[in-house]
Amino acid sequence: MNNEYPFYNRVLIKEVINGLTGELTDLAVEDGVFVAELTGEPDRVIEGAGLTALPGLIDAHAHLRDPGFEYREDIVSGTRAAARGGFTAVAAMPNTIPVADSAPVIRYMIEKAGQAGYCRVLPIGAVTKGQKGEEIAEIGFMAEAGAVAFSDDGKPVSAAGIVRTAIEYASYFDRVVISHCEDLSLAAGGVINEGIVSTEMGLRGIPSIAEDIQIDRDTRIAEYSGLPVHIAHVSTANGVEIIRQAKARGVKVTAETCPHYFTLTEEAVRGFHTMAKVNPPLREESDRLAVIEGLRDGTLDMIVTDHAPHHEDEKDCEFSLANNGMIGLETCFPLVYTVLVKTGLLSLRDAILKMTEAPARLFRLPVPALAAGEPADLTLVDLGREIVYDVSESLSKARNTPFSGMALYGFPVLTMMAGHTTWEQV
Amino acid sequence: MAKVQPLPNEVRGLNRTLEVGVRHLRTKDLLGMQELSPEEIQLILDTAFVMKQILSVQTKKTAHLQGKSIIHFFAENSTRTRLSFESAGKYLGATSSNISKTGSSINKGENLYDMAKTLDMMSTDILVMRHPESGAARYLSEKISASVVNAGDGMNEHPTQALLDMMTMVEYKGHLKGLKVVIAGDAMHSRVMRSNVWGLSKMGAEVRVAGPPTLIPRFLDRMPCTVYHDVRKACEDVDVVMGLRVQFEREHKVLFPSVNEYAKFFGIDDECLRRAKEDAIIMHPGPCNRGVEMPSHIHEHDRSVIHEQVANGVSVRMAVLFLLNARRNLQA
Repeated sequence: MNNEYPFYNRVLIKEVINGLTGELTDLAVEDGVFVAELTGEPDRVIEGAGLTALPGLIDAHAHLRDPGFEYREDIVSGTRAAARGGFTAVAAMPNTIPVADSAPVIRYMIEKAGQAGYCRVLPIGAVTKGQKGEEIAEIGFMAEAGAVAFSDDGKPVSAAGIVRTAIEYASYFDRVVISHCEDLSLAAGGVINEGIVSTEMGLRGIPSIAEDIQIDRDTRIAEYSGLPVHIAHVSTANGVEIIRQAKARGVKVTAETCPHYFTLTEEAVRGFHTMAKVNPPLREESDRLAVIEGLRDGTLDMIVTDHAPHHEDEKDCEFSLANNGMIGLETCFPLVYTVLVKTGLLSLRDAILKMTEAPARLFRLPVPALAAGEPADLTLVDLGREIVYDVSESLSKARNTPFSGMALYGFPVLTMMAGHTTWEQV
Repeated sequence: MAKVQPLPNEVRGLNRTLEVGVRHLRTKDLLGMQELSPEEIQLILDTAFVMKQILSVQTKKTAHLQGKSIIHFFAENSTRTRLSFESAGKYLGATSSNISKTGSSINKGENLYDMAKTLDMMSTDILVMRHPESGAARYLSEKISASVVNAGDGMNEHPTQALLDMMTMVEYKGHLKGLKVVIAGDAMHSRVMRSNVWGLSKMGAEVRVAGPPTLIPRFLDRMPCTVYHDVRKACEDVDVVMGLRVQFEREHKVLFPSVNEYAKFFGIDDECLRRAKEDAIIMHPGPCNRGVEMPSHIHEHDRSVIHEQVANGVSVRMAVLFLLNARRNLQA
């Protein structure tokens, strides 16, 4: 466990609101688990008045850049940022150097996160060797080493046949393939959404159909095989509709979206703002609204960060040359709360489940709960306090976010993993 | 038919004695027509006509930019733009230097910002730049104290080209307001198209953009122009027929099957000219792929002002340099 925060074996959190039920409650923690009653006097009492307790959040999609890109982020800085964002587990995508396509890399990530002691890392192994899209990787060995799912995220698996093979092979190990949906021949080197903004700014556009077509393809493969598939970072209205219809047909498809897709549109790119450059790109207002509707009706099961740290120089350059992505671990829950919950679009309970239960089920893990006997994974958030997010204070190594300067509600004030404090606002 | 002639100054209402030196642009840089107000566009055009008079005298040199340093950084090929900027600076008395991509430390892997900062530290007053990436001029303008003049950034804007096009239209048509202009060809990749649509629409002209569906960007109709795929139909009753260069160097994939087919279905031909107004002028930003965008006989037509556009390029660039410098002096 981390040495940054002292350890208290018996902790009593008094008069806190349970975010899932809305009830006022005391939470007792002993030996790293929630207990009905402490066996002795608490070592620490936390006054929970005004705070809301959430089960430890799980991010099903982040890039921790370790090994290989430690100048952008490493497992220590990434997990510290995750804890600050209320997460007690974060799934790390395999586009590292070397690519996480073998068991030793998976073990390295888990061990390094364990030593750092801020947040569990759930490695996602590569679907294909070297993420080249040609031969499937050693999914069995990686699953055995602790890989929770498989994905070539960052790039699509272009060959449908490989996707089918991977989905079917991974099913033996009870693992799901996460599909980054992008038809590269349609994306055609685009750098933002193909729309009025790309037309006016003279930037190459990525059409929404580049995403839609592969969502359709991969859900049909899953349907044919009768096996699950998970669709990463959905950004388009038609993508949401394709998943909705697939679910109605009984396809075992789950899907995620990210805060930027329900908060921002392609307009955020105007002025050549590289901080808003991300893949899939920010789309139109109608897409943003469709993503929200997808979250409301359950078509979109999860909210994930797609935390994508980049070095300053990789964003401070000509627009087309700038890297895709934005950091998101620290702002994810505050954006969910401010944009969706506070506005009445989504209940707090549903929002929490999309960041706890749904990713836990995807990864075949126990569902986090604020209940006696469960690991004491929780975060306390202050829903009533408005804070202007200042990225210069981020615990991530990276500073690439379009959300700095935005006033948000619901920042975590304390996060606990198995009874150990991993973040506390002083 | 006789070669088309510019209107006399009196007819254009340009028999002016401009109080040159008291007016200037609002911003430090000239990045695009999208940023300019109609008043600023008018100011640049008025000033350009004065510059043209200066160019017509025996000793075509002024001291307005004496002691000022201009650097021309061209990371893409250019003949007209680069030479006319260089000439413009020299006629105004500035000291100028050139760097290109191949001869610069960009080729050693230096990034754009570091290179531009280097220029800035050498007391550069104005950086004239052309770059293959959209937004590159804006990016540098926010980083350096020198004034940045965008001489073409990717597919985004090429404001001095639009200004010289507008100057040429004023010269032959007397006004921009109400003028019907068709811009035909590779709109997708064209910064000239974008700058002209922004600029001409601000000045009250009616802009039509025509080209094959694969070379018209999606939602172009939401910009202030009307989109046509039938080039001949688009030429109906227009005052100006402007061809755009097919930018073979920008496309990774083929957006039309052959040059022959392009020329037959989408090139500017005699039928286009028949449908246009009798006194319509023919324009092209150059360099022209003769026989593709238009055949040679149209390029050299009596109504073609393509060569005159080049001449006006120098006047317009003198005006831009002069007006940006006026603002710099104001701030100094």
